[in-house]
Amino acid sequence: MDNRKLFVSSHAPYWHNGSSIAIKSYNIMLAALPAVILGIYQYGMPALGVVTFSISCAMIWELIMNFIMRRPVSIGDGNAAVIGLMLAMLLPAATPWWVVLIGTFLAIVVGKQIFGGIGCNPLNPALVAIAMIFLSWKGILDFNEALLNYELGFPMTYPLATLKYLGVEAVSEYGAGALLMGCHTGGIGSTFGLGLILGGVYLILRGLIRWEIAISFLAGVFITALLFNMANPDAYAGPVFHLLTGYTLIGAFFLATEDSSSPVNFVPMLLYGALAGLLTVLIRNIGAMVDGVVFAILMLNLANPLLDKIRPRAIGKEMENA
Amino acid sequence: MIKKPFFGFGKPRLDYAGIEGLEQGEVKDIPLPGQAVLFVEAPHPTVSDVLFQVGDEIKTGQNLKVSPFSKATFTSTVTGTITDISKKTGYLGKTFLSVSIDVSETDQWDDAFSLAVQTSEPEKAGPYLNGLPGISDMDALIHPETPLKTIVVNGMDKDLLVTTQQMVIKSQADDLKEGIDYLKKITGNPKVILVVPPYLSTEAAKSGAQVQTITPAYPNSLPEMIMKNVLNQIVPAGTDCSSLGVGFINAEGVAALKSAITERKPPVTKMVTVIGKNEKAQMIRVCMGTPIKAVLSTLDIPLEQGDRLVVGGPMTGRSIYTEDMPVLQDTDAIMVQGKDQLALNADDPCVNCGECIRACPVNIPVNMLVRLLENSHYEEAAKDYDLLSCIECGLCSYVCEAKIPVFHYIMLGKYELSLMEKAEESVNG
Repeated sequence: MDNRKLFVSSHAPYWHNGSSIAIKSYNIMLAALPAVILGIYQYGMPALGVVTFSISCAMIWELIMNFIMRRPVSIGDGNAAVIGLMLAMLLPAATPWWVVLIGTFLAIVVGKQIFGGIGCNPLNPALVAIAMIFLSWKGILDFNEALLNYELGFPMTYPLATLKYLGVEAVSEYGAGALLMGCHTGGIGSTFGLGLILGGVYLILRGLIRWEIAISFLAGVFITALLFNMANPDAYAGPVFHLLTGYTLIGAFFLATEDSSSPVNFVPMLLYGALAGLLTVLIRNIGAMVDGVVFAILMLNLANPLLDKIRPRAIGKEMENA
Repeated sequence: MIKKPFFGFGKPRLDYAGIEGLEQGEVKDIPLPGQAVLFVEAPHPTVSDVLFQVGDEIKTGQNLKVSPFSKATFTSTVTGTITDISKKTGYLGKTFLSVSIDVSETDQWDDAFSLAVQTSEPEKAGPYLNGLPGISDMDALIHPETPLKTIVVNGMDKDLLVTTQQMVIKSQADDLKEGIDYLKKITGNPKVILVVPPYLSTEAAKSGAQVQTITPAYPNSLPEMIMKNVLNQIVPAGTDCSSLGVGFINAEGVAALKSAITERKPPVTKMVTVIGKNEKAQMIRVCMGTPIKAVLSTLDIPLEQGDRLVVGGPMTGRSIYTEDMPVLQDTDAIMVQGKDQLALNADDPCVNCGECIRACPVNIPVNMLVRLLENSHYEEAAKDYDLLSCIECGLCSYVCEAKIPVFHYIMLGKYELSLMEKAEESVNG
């Protein structure tokens, strides 16, 4: 054996811009913190319990699946924790522990791991769980029912439910300022509009989420709601109300932008966001459900592979003669 | 290493090193080593076929034909005795013959070269010009498959941190004029365009050629990008610029042509940018054939086990296994990375973050392509996901959040496809 020095060899490039999946995950959690902290401040220990239990359960399910599927341990990339946090942000503070346990199972195992883990999930895992909880147990996601025992100094009725069942008149008491500052009921981390916007803008500026999706989703909600409102202001609430209530803001910045289930090309990103926004308002205004964000985004997740086929022609590729 | 800025969305912007950024403005001369190694690319060389042998005396500037079965020749850059001839395999399975020479103290020049360049007959001069610094394939310019309409003299370096070609423009601008005249003469008088970064346009104007400037942002100096941005021509996927009648030559090659014809001797030294562990670049002038080991020890750049040694720049260079590898005619840069500076790959799958889509200069759906390449679906990758449009800039790997070696997969895919094509050709006769 000669004692020649051994060098590390690999293919070019020898530089990397320093980004990583873990950095992205931890920054998403950081961006979500303001909204989560306000939720915990408002609802106290039960909210803290849901958030921490959800994150830990999600990570444990991920670990269990790593062992069962004999894959490298992947909780270090933070993706499972992000999914757990997202799920907790959508749930009401009074969610029973077993719903969180089952919900994280649905998100991590059914929503993500059985498809092959990170990057392979066709749908947003947190939304898969929320949709299945919504369809399985009556009342868990009915915020009026779930948060019955709380009195926080603002109307303890879910604005979108009020809109649906009592009409536009009844929601006139919700001012945009109050909605922005989280003075309305909803999921633990989905009511503090200003916090979600700040977090979203932070993620966009850092290039950690795709701005095209977030902006087009909000534009889709705004324009559709505006058209409804203009057509009949007595029956349909204004666009600002739709932007600031329900899951709209968390959907725009944290849910629709989930990497694996959303498109990456420019035009598809705009279409995906705008159509999800449109569908959200359609479900809210003329559909059967109170909030439309969950099913609107899941629906567009399904359309994602098809949408992403719209892409610019690679330079140099010759036109195929039909 | 240029990292992603704290705030920043959209394409990464990587600027080429400006020539003014050099710490030592002086070009340092590296002394002639006791042992030189010359490489000649030769398809399937067998050592027994070679027309010279160990113990042969060889003169500086002597042009040697490798074997009776191949056109490959090489020009010696030193005088001495051949001590070893061996086969080497390089990038993408290219085969080389490596010839080690014990350098003698007195330099003797072979006169065949001066006779060849006097004639101005391209047929005769061609083989001699092939070994000049900065010229890797003169034959492709003298005997192009498609008649040459334009020659682009690239005064911009191929990779980041490298300043070799820029240095030539800055210090040898006057030489370029005669070099370009000679180049036109032996290639049938095509149009010549000199491409430089904006801050070198005054120097470049001295050459008398048509000067075009390009924004010094990566990957604008790659041939396909110059074709698109300067000549407004798109290179069809799977072909190269020569199929459109455009030839490329480095500024250093043109300057070397000038000194070859005025001095009647082939220039044996070449300019190289050496990038040390702190990413500080310095320019050296070194005899081709000098082992990299000798270069690094002259410059006091330590190289230890676990470091990375790269021939070329950070985006497109090739990492090598041994410091005995010599400086070749196309070695524009030598880069050393300390073991604590290495950017390593990971085994995560693609998470579909879309950064590669933003970065790709030719709109390849990299996120889909890499899924096919990981599973060896090369033909489908070429047909549906534009594998052959790739201009090999490496930006996709640079931005990959999952740290997938995307560029490696792409080159592997292209290589496997070329093997498949060869196999098909041999079956079909």
